[in-house]
Amino acid sequence: MSSTFDQIATIIAETCDIPRDTITPESHAIDDLGIDSLDFLDIAFAIDKAFGIKMPLEKWTQEVNDGKATTEQYFVLKNLAARIDELVAAKNAGA
Amino acid sequence: MQLEYFQLIDRILDLNIGEKTITVEAQVPEHSTIFEGHFPGFPIMPGVLLTEAMAQSSGWLLLGVMKFERMPFLAMVKEAKMRGFVSPGQLLTIEAKIEHEGSGFAVTSAKARVGSELKCSADLTFRHIPFPDPALRVFMDAMAHKIGFPQQAMPHD
Repeated sequence: MSSTFDQIATIIAETCDIPRDTITPESHAIDDLGIDSLDFLDIAFAIDKAFGIKMPLEKWTQEVNDGKATTEQYFVLKNLAARIDELVAAKNAGA
Repeated sequence: MQLEYFQLIDRILDLNIGEKTITVEAQVPEHSTIFEGHFPGFPIMPGVLLTEAMAQSSGWLLLGVMKFERMPFLAMVKEAKMRGFVSPGQLLTIEAKIEHEGSGFAVTSAKARVGSELKCSADLTFRHIPFPDPALRVFMDAMAHKIGFPQQAMPHD
């Protein structure tokens, strides 16, 4: 079974037509990969469906806008993968 | 359908909040300046307006599901297929379904038919935000009443 990062990287590569080998755990989705907010909707849709979760994009965005979090915490891919793992674990704990 | 005001949906036939589906009707007018140019001698509904009609159908569905607390705005059109011509005077029946509810966005699929004939379909993505202006909310309430939005699905203050 592929890791969460691998699944995210594949989704991003396919959704945004970015070469898979340029996507690393250290990649920042916005700053390094140039993903804009519209493309990120597509990615969020694919991630939500793949993992059976609802990524709280609005909450994350609000935290960044309020200065309570940095974009790196959510949009560097290794961190995004960790957030997704947390959401999946929370879902499974509540199931 | 009031093309000049971009009001394409005439009435809601069915809104199922639980199933997250909607069915609406849209009567294509017999006469419009649009048909004078699109096209002379062969008037048909432009594909962009058919897509907009599917988007507005989805929008009413999302408004209902979100209890008129947020306003959906079309963000993405995928797999838009114009499968047959739609002529002046034809009655469109449009069905839409919510495929996914994300955080601040939603994805729908929609189909429009004339009679039993499928004329177009599309997958649509919307961003939704709190109503940006009270006037818009008042307007949408009035439009909802006009097109027969089910009263039981309307929020009551």
